[in-house]
Amino acid sequence: MAQSQTEDLTLSSAWSGGASPYAMVSKKLGMWLFIVSDSLTFSALLVAYSYVRVANQDWPKPFEWASILGASIMTFCLLSSSLTMVMAVAAAQRLERKKAVVWLLATVLGGLLFILLHAREWIGLIHEGVTPFANPWGVPLFGAAFFTLTGLHMTHVTVGVLYLVVIAWGFGSARFKPEDVEVSGLYWHFVDLVWMFIFPMVYLLSAKTVA
Amino acid sequence: MQKAEAHPVKQIYLWIWVWLLTLTVVEVFLAYRHLAVMTMLVILMGLSVIKAALIMSYFMHLRYERFSLALTLIPMLIICIALLASFFPDSLRLLELRPR
Repeated sequence: MAQSQTEDLTLSSAWSGGASPYAMVSKKLGMWLFIVSDSLTFSALLVAYSYVRVANQDWPKPFEWASILGASIMTFCLLSSSLTMVMAVAAAQRLERKKAVVWLLATVLGGLLFILLHAREWIGLIHEGVTPFANPWGVPLFGAAFFTLTGLHMTHVTVGVLYLVVIAWGFGSARFKPEDVEVSGLYWHFVDLVWMFIFPMVYLLSAKTVA
Repeated sequence: MQKAEAHPVKQIYLWIWVWLLTLTVVEVFLAYRHLAVMTMLVILMGLSVIKAALIMSYFMHLRYERFSLALTLIPMLIICIALLASFFPDSLRLLELRPR
């Protein structure tokens, strides 16, 4: 009897496999682990960027006020899309499917605006002669760093937009559960979080009037 | 720690959004102050870390998950980033080596 009680206690212990230590579904934990691994990729790129930025006194500062304003609007779009995303998650948890889909589509709209503004920025720089290997200011690393960092981020945003469209369709048609909306929300907030580092490092540190 | 607290209400989300926008405006304002690159880098990174903490805590609900999740993810992430950043001071040595 005593042995059976001990076995029951052991099996219900969080670390014995008898209970979930994080109290969450596996797909959510999987997304958290993906986010941590992806943050290390971005961290490595950002540390490398900081290294070359500080080591180069002649680092170009090509971003006029118009570019900084454009990047600030892009930041506003992403931050606002994060707000609409939490609203979508809250609506999904209340099983208000229509509301959740509307908030998800508002998030998609924020992401699309971000991509459009960013593409406009890229085209402007390419017209100025900036490529990953050369630019008019004589520091080739500028183009390589700019296009690698912002390109990887923009890829994440694009994938996020497609992911949210699929989630909106699936949740709207009752194929997906509220937890699927929550997991997609984690990814979207992560994309927003990464931009909070790229915006000051890539744009603000290269604004035209910075000493 | 149990997943005890209810998820935040809309007003908290709105306040976090307002704070994130305000910190962004502060960053843009600082970009036009004539500060040294290193000083600027440290201040901007500090503000970005605050913004990241707000996003993770409230928007990503980490504050409302079991504490074991944060303990598993965050210290490991900080250690890995610190190991990456350990190379960073070399950039100052490189700066000194450049002909002026």
